[in-house]
Amino acid sequence: MRLRRTTTLAASLLAITLTATACGGGDDDDSGNGGGGGGDEIVIGIKFDQPGLGLLTPDGDHVGFDVDVATYIAGELGYEPDQIVFQEAPSPERENLLSRGDVDMIVATYSISEEREESVDFAGPYLLAHQDLLVRADYEVPNEEAINDMTLCSVSGSTSAANVQRDIAPDARLQQNNTYSQCLTGLENGTIDALTTDDSILAGYAAQPEHQGKFRLAGLELSDEYYGVGLPKDSENLDAVNEAITAMVEEGAWDEAVAEHFGPAGYEPEAAPEIGTRPEA
Amino acid sequence: MFDFLDLDRYDLFGAFWTTVQLTVFSAIGSLILGTVLAAMRVSPVPIMRAFGTVYVHIFRNTPLTLIIVACSQLLAYTLGMSMGAEFATDTMSFRLAVLGFVLYTATFVCEALRSGINTVPVGQAEAARALGLGFTQVLTLIVLPQAFRAVVAPLANVLIALTKNTTVAAAIGVPEAALLMSDMVEQEAQLLPIAMLFGFGFIVLTLPTGLLLGRLSKRVAVKR
Repeated sequence: MRLRRTTTLAASLLAITLTATACGGGDDDDSGNGGGGGGDEIVIGIKFDQPGLGLLTPDGDHVGFDVDVATYIAGELGYEPDQIVFQEAPSPERENLLSRGDVDMIVATYSISEEREESVDFAGPYLLAHQDLLVRADYEVPNEEAINDMTLCSVSGSTSAANVQRDIAPDARLQQNNTYSQCLTGLENGTIDALTTDDSILAGYAAQPEHQGKFRLAGLELSDEYYGVGLPKDSENLDAVNEAITAMVEEGAWDEAVAEHFGPAGYEPEAAPEIGTRPEA
Repeated sequence: MFDFLDLDRYDLFGAFWTTVQLTVFSAIGSLILGTVLAAMRVSPVPIMRAFGTVYVHIFRNTPLTLIIVACSQLLAYTLGMSMGAEFATDTMSFRLAVLGFVLYTATFVCEALRSGINTVPVGQAEAARALGLGFTQVLTLIVLPQAFRAVVAPLANVLIALTKNTTVAAAIGVPEAALLMSDMVEQEAQLLPIAMLFGFGFIVLTLPTGLLLGRLSKRVAVKR
């Protein structure tokens, strides 16, 4: 009796494993053949919670600059907008999503860095952002030395937070929170002087309808962040994506997207960076 | 594989030391508040019983993240309370986090203790009252000492849970292990080995706690 039960158990386990692997194989067929288009769908990793760049609206639409770039690239690769599946790519997960093949590419404020290039490939960059401060509209714009006396807020473990502590203003009081929205409470109430991260992200918050007119960007260029399109290591799509970005800039779709998503905040990013630009070490 | 372990750049031991400090201060605080709450819940005064019950039910059933974030958003950012530290410094978030952990963990200490109080035979309290001891004396001299000896093991569980819960403090920027972990993952782009390293760190902290207190609980338990 005991023996039979064990056998049944083993058999059902085996069955489950086989089904699971079969599913995995099916997924690969769906998403792995981006190359010249014609696949069923393309999975793109994107932010769901970043106004201006990648935001999931309550009615299920994806809106933002990164979304437009992703849609354009997918279009150049031969995918119609309804063949694109947007998947959330939280920052710590990005490398794993790519190396496991869960997504075909990531367009999610993904700064190119040496460490990351060891595990993923970057196409682009498609945007040059700078770390900046977001202050209340009536706040006097500080110069770089004055930042040391300020109370800043950023997201726990972000590149911007590390930059502040290591290089920009080691003496500044830095409050780290889980999300940027948590910093906005303190900024509105005056207990925090400035929210710091990439200007493209800050512009997204300043441009939100509920925040318009309350905050503005200080316009300090505290760092260079080159946003790239993350691709799996040795992806065959690298050149195609680079060409797509070039085409988007040349056709003017890039400028349109910038004007649409960053315009309301009065933020104008620099001209599109040249393909293959890398941050100086 | 472990070349991300650049100890000059990442203060690994400092971060875990903050985790230990968070745990110890919160444990002391919640032991005190939890004992007071347990005394309230068994006291003969209805209003105190009611307060204890309402407090435990509210704080035990609120997600810890919510309590910690409320400490920072509500107390600090909106009401300007900084717990005697300079505003928006690591010290401020540390103290706010300890406050949050104490408010939350005290409910579990209270409930563990209350179960311990139930293991003390009613005759003990009746005998003490017959000798002319008041409620406070019955509780502190007769009932609580026996109750504590009965709940060492459950309290060890609460302590271990608290140790791991301290990672929530990263949400308001206390520079402890979980914050360093997200920092390292962001910079080094290697989630798995880094997560494994920190997981191991927590095992090093909690495993001895469990083993030691497990042995202690066997030794001090009142044999009935």
